[in-house]
Amino acid sequence: MTDDTGLNLFQQQEANRRRTVWLVIAFVLFFAWLGFGGDFAYWLATSDAPPDTYHHTFPWFGLIMTAIGAGIAWYGFSTGPNKVLWSTGAVKLENPQTDKERQLVNVVEEMAIAAGISRPDIWIVPDPDPNAFATGLDQSRSHIAVTQGLLDICSRDELQSVVAHELGHVKNLDVRLMTTLAALVGAVALMHDGVGRLLASGGRIGGGGGSRGGGKGKGGGLVVIVVLVLWVISWILAPIIAQFLAMAVSRKREYLADAMGAQFTRNPMALASALTKIEAADAPTTSIKRGAAHLCIADPLGRRANLREGGLSDLFATHPPMAARIARLKGMAYQRLKAEGQFPAA
Amino acid sequence: MSGVILLIILGVVVLYGVGAYNGLISLKNQTLNAFKQIDVQLKRRHDLIPNLVNAVKGAMDFEKSTLEAVIQARNQAVSAGANASPDAMKSVAAAENQLTAALSRFNVVVEQYPQLKATGNVAQLQEELTSTENRISFARQGYNDTATQYNTKQQQFPTNLFAGIAKATPAELWEITDEGERAVPQVDLSMKPKA
Repeated sequence: MTDDTGLNLFQQQEANRRRTVWLVIAFVLFFAWLGFGGDFAYWLATSDAPPDTYHHTFPWFGLIMTAIGAGIAWYGFSTGPNKVLWSTGAVKLENPQTDKERQLVNVVEEMAIAAGISRPDIWIVPDPDPNAFATGLDQSRSHIAVTQGLLDICSRDELQSVVAHELGHVKNLDVRLMTTLAALVGAVALMHDGVGRLLASGGRIGGGGGSRGGGKGKGGGLVVIVVLVLWVISWILAPIIAQFLAMAVSRKREYLADAMGAQFTRNPMALASALTKIEAADAPTTSIKRGAAHLCIADPLGRRANLREGGLSDLFATHPPMAARIARLKGMAYQRLKAEGQFPAA
Repeated sequence: MSGVILLIILGVVVLYGVGAYNGLISLKNQTLNAFKQIDVQLKRRHDLIPNLVNAVKGAMDFEKSTLEAVIQARNQAVSAGANASPDAMKSVAAAENQLTAALSRFNVVVEQYPQLKATGNVAQLQEELTSTENRISFARQGYNDTATQYNTKQQQFPTNLFAGIAKATPAELWEITDEGERAVPQVDLSMKPKA
């Protein structure tokens, strides 16, 4: 675990942005390898072939995979927000009736001002477990949903900090990023099955190419086989690897949204105390399904993997452990007090 | 061959320049927008105050002076804002600071009368007041954050090379003008925590 607790909120934002960029680059490279790796092996296999036989010079396989992936991602991307809201049974808050509801509307408007984005639509999920999520494709058309349970247990400051965290996601376009990644993960899983059949013929091509190229030397044939084997293994593991990468991005974005929330409220301790309350109410949020888990402030499924950091949990969890998030928030609060000179030099 | 390489390098530099220029322009407009947002929120506060005073007037006859102070500070702030010129920014800020002070005194008074708070109307208006004060400070904070981003971009290498072309000049941050506000405020423990 890298220790970010000694950084102030702007440094934490920087660090998290940098890590996400690397993860997304890794994600894209992995996808490029899945698509174009086969073309590469085929090209190697046919480059030594006699002039009158087929030469694989145009990467049609990779291009088709890219098109399919982009199509599936676009579909998930454009229908995602409405599907998520519908699946949670959220009710749009248009005429606030109770004091708490009015407070929520005010707090959302305040935070939209602090974040410099237009006011999102506000939804309430009728669920007694405290949780919240944001969705929407860009900063001008976003939605924020909180559960009734969150409204009931949070003070004004805590509610404000949770809303700030969610608007941090909106401001960072995390919703777009995460929806796209989720769609791509789904696309990989779908194509994984389809490619399974293609691989059989792929093996034959590789073998044939190797024997044809045998006249020019065995080295070329060996490279083809190594590349091909690596590519096949990548495809076998593709769904899991894609999932791991998406989860890793998701965890970094949670830290980033915490830091953005702290920037908007300038009150990291309020979010720390809200997270403590949310964690204490450890019942799973039943109305929020797995598909929307990565959008929530706390994992609605209450999975054990989110409790620890390191090892397997690092691969499976959508959210970083609460204790680590709270520690970082307290670190921000401490840095802030130190900067304001309320502590003697630490 | 070397000509091609030079052309590519030139192309990259031009592309980077366009990006840097556009980035600066968009930050400049965001800064302007954030500054206007402060005005919007101040206006909202001015509009809210008459309602607030009307709602509590009957119940607070005994605190006439507090109410009058709020009304007077509000009217001064409105007139200061109406004929605001760039030079008059100081007087606008001063009037707004007075209004903030009058409102916080008013809040303290309301807190002293639980039966007043118990009437739903007043509690609701108090929430509105809290929110308005929050909005103003968040609008200022948002302006400062955006302006800081804008200023940093202008000064950082290599974006600073394009700052002149984009006519980017450092934006001023919002600061407390009244030295009195810098002092540690007296905490009234009966008050709700201000968000």
